[in-house]
Amino acid sequence: MYNVSSKIVSKMSFAFIFLFLYIPIFIVIIFACNSSKSRCVFESFTLKWFSELFKDKIILEAFFNSLILALISAIIATVIGTLAALKITKLKKSKQNIFTGLNYIPIINSDVITGVSLMLFLKFFLNIFNKDFGFTTALIAHITITMPYVVLFVMPKIKQIEPNTLNAALDLGCSPNMLFFKIILPNIAPSIVGAFMMAFAISFDDFTISYFTVGDSFQTLPVLIYSMVRRRITPKINALFAIIFILVILILILINILNINSNKSKEI
Amino acid sequence: MKKHYLTFTPYCIWIFLFILTPTFVVLIFAFLNENSNFTLENFLNIKNYFGVILKSLGYTTAATSLCFFLAYPISYFASKIKSNMFKKIFIIAISLPMWTNLLLRTYSWMTILENNGILNNILKSLNLSPLKIMNTPIAVIIVMAYDFLPFMIIPIYNSICKIDENLIQAGEDLGANNFKIFKLIILPLSMPGILSGFSIVFVSCACCFFIPRLLGGGFNVLIGELIESQFMGSVYNPWFGSAISIFFMLLIILIIKITQKFNKTETENLTI
Repeated sequence: MYNVSSKIVSKMSFAFIFLFLYIPIFIVIIFACNSSKSRCVFESFTLKWFSELFKDKIILEAFFNSLILALISAIIATVIGTLAALKITKLKKSKQNIFTGLNYIPIINSDVITGVSLMLFLKFFLNIFNKDFGFTTALIAHITITMPYVVLFVMPKIKQIEPNTLNAALDLGCSPNMLFFKIILPNIAPSIVGAFMMAFAISFDDFTISYFTVGDSFQTLPVLIYSMVRRRITPKINALFAIIFILVILILILINILNINSNKSKEI
Repeated sequence: MKKHYLTFTPYCIWIFLFILTPTFVVLIFAFLNENSNFTLENFLNIKNYFGVILKSLGYTTAATSLCFFLAYPISYFASKIKSNMFKKIFIIAISLPMWTNLLLRTYSWMTILENNGILNNILKSLNLSPLKIMNTPIAVIIVMAYDFLPFMIIPIYNSICKIDENLIQAGEDLGANNFKIFKLIILPLSMPGILSGFSIVFVSCACCFFIPRLLGGGFNVLIGELIESQFMGSVYNPWFGSAISIFFMLLIILIIKITQKFNKTETENLTI
């Protein structure tokens, strides 16, 4: 079934796809260590952009803006989304379909249209209160796009909880509060963490929605990068990209090690 | 039971206020003109941009198809390796690029494809004639396919992994060759994954406005860019922009409905 020629084709397709996926990423990282500012010609190796990055107030401010925005919006989206998922799974099938349908709107809608509609709507409110676009509008927009993913991510896990376990707990005199904290929460905790991370990643990397809702006074990292891409990117951004990329890999490795350990302890 | 409603209210309010109302606002805007009077002109105006819409659909179809032809072989071969460790590493390795900045990855392609960029420098050193890819539709299509490739691979991979091994063995026992097994068992049963990958990548590509702007050389205006320019650019015409948005929303819903027709089983198998 699995002959030599198909093995070669298989290896080649793996090599091709991974090169295709990762070469552009490595090019960004390599050019973070380029001594000249050119984006095509590599002159000599240097780490000066990494040290200059930490002196650049604009880039650092945009980075921390993105970080804080992603953190707060992911926390709020995870809390509201998880509570909603708990309730939606209890509804009748017909009502459940309505909510999952509504939940799909921002996911199916393209980012440009979601961004534009939020911008029009928020502008209307801002005019009433005489305020300008900024952190608050960006926060609202980011929660709006990440919350549906949280609901979608947590709901299957809630459905998997064995109803008999819940009934048994109630029979043994568990109060609804205890039921939530002792049985439901521990069961869905991993998917809540997963949902939070996904919400964080979506918010942190989001460009399109932010572009329409941040205004001039508040700048996130992707918006700053966009304004640079149209002219010329400084290698400092490449340096920041390299740092973030390595951090993401470390976090993923850490999570998987923790997962393996917790699986092992469960087996014992 | 009342308490559950209390925890549910924030979500309902949020959905109503920030998802339904803004969509409704766009719908109203689409029927207004500058002086806030009712008009159908915005919708009639869309037909002047028929070329842009057609071109967008063409680019997007090309990019989505390229994405599919890149994604299917690797998903198929990866599903043959049964180790759990491999499965985990494969999913992480495929989704890792999604965690990095989309704009910088797109920018990196500019470095590769430019007229005196990396690709042409390699070709030159091999004494081959340089290619002119930057600022052409080919550049836009390659980068669109690149940017959304993980969204195609993961659902297809998941759906092939779910195929019951016994079916394939039964096919072999009954004398089917590899090609027949692929055509009659694997391809039809991986259809849910293919369709969910197709719809996600199609929608993402169709409205992505910065890829054509950065790599298309400015004269390849696509629908995402058209919408964006009505709201942020010097043209400023949110009324027409709203009409196009509504039109495009309906088009996307239509496409999704058509793919669901083909796909009788669930499409909820996407995990990111």
